[in-house]
Amino acid sequence: MKFAIMISEGPYTHQASDTAFHFAKAVLAKGHEIFRVFFYHDGVNNATRLTTPPQDDRNVVSRWSKLAEENSLDMVVCVAAAQRRGIVDEGEMKRNGKDATNLAPGFRISGLGQLIEAGIQSDRLVVFGD
Amino acid sequence: MLHIINKSPYDRPALDSALATGEGAILLIEDGVYAAVKGGEVEGKIRGAMGEFKFYALTADLEARGINDRLMDGINTIDYAGFVDLVAENKTCQSWL
Amino acid sequence: MTTKKFMMVNRKAPYGTIYAWEALEVVLIAAAFEQDVSLAFLDDGVYQLKKGHQTKGIEVKGFEKTWGALEDYDVTKLYVDQKSLAQRGLTAEDLAIPVEVLSRAEIGKLMEEQDVLLSF
Repeated sequence: MKFAIMISEGPYTHQASDTAFHFAKAVLAKGHEIFRVFFYHDGVNNATRLTTPPQDDRNVVSRWSKLAEENSLDMVVCVAAAQRRGIVDEGEMKRNGKDATNLAPGFRISGLGQLIEAGIQSDRLVVFGD
Repeated sequence: MLHIINKSPYDRPALDSALATGEGAILLIEDGVYAAVKGGEVEGKIRGAMGEFKFYALTADLEARGINDRLMDGINTIDYAGFVDLVAENKTCQSWL
Repeated sequence: MTTKKFMMVNRKAPYGTIYAWEALEVVLIAAAFEQDVSLAFLDDGVYQLKKGHQTKGIEVKGFEKTWGALEDYDVTKLYVDQKSLAQRGLTAEDLAIPVEVLSRAEIGKLMEEQDVLLSF
């Protein structure tokens, strides 16, 4: 089965990203496919590479990056939500006159159409939020 | 339909909203697991709904909150793999955020 | 392109959080993708439709007029929970656009028929 996952909250403040991560791992362990993980609302904050969590706690951002790399996951950050909240890649930096980028590895910034496409192409879509 | 509830019933009306909306399976995750505790004010409400809904609670969230020793009867505890199965078995799922 | 039934489930009041506005942005994109889009308003979500938003004082962009634009996008299936309205002392007359007021059980049936439920 093809799954899509939507994450609506940022790392640490809400458990949403953690639950979604464990769910995603379980989906893959059961031999299903993840079509896309889509980050919306404050969920885009899961894509900043600038976090430094305490050494003895989980690294929410980098474990998403690692899961994506190991499983060729497509992790998409909504461009409109990212612009509002300051999650920036090379393209956005140039387009909007910013002086830095902060997008973590394994994430890409794209439009809301990617969420709709995920809904169309997947058999199941689960929302993790507040 | 699978109803996913992640908030405590004492914090948000998500449980009431889910119960009013039909039948199917209710999965309690994150702070939603507090609804599954024996002796809580919502126990009667949940027992009353067991005819229409099958109730599940995520073990990891029960254990994290130290409440797996006081679970109501009739709540099925599952792991993340079981969560995946529930989503697969139900055509749609509503996250009552 | 495949057409699927997408229902956006709105349960939060406007302006106190961004979910109402960002949900509307999803609606417009789903419509542009020619999907079968419907919107359900439950619990505090019914407040989003209350007419007369005046957001100058809080300096937040208002979105009341976007409801009127939904028709241009062929998004006409707006369902409002009767009990949520009554609980909040509202009637259909208080709302910015025509909607279908349904019981919670009727909305539940509609939810069961969807391919994708997006919760905001």
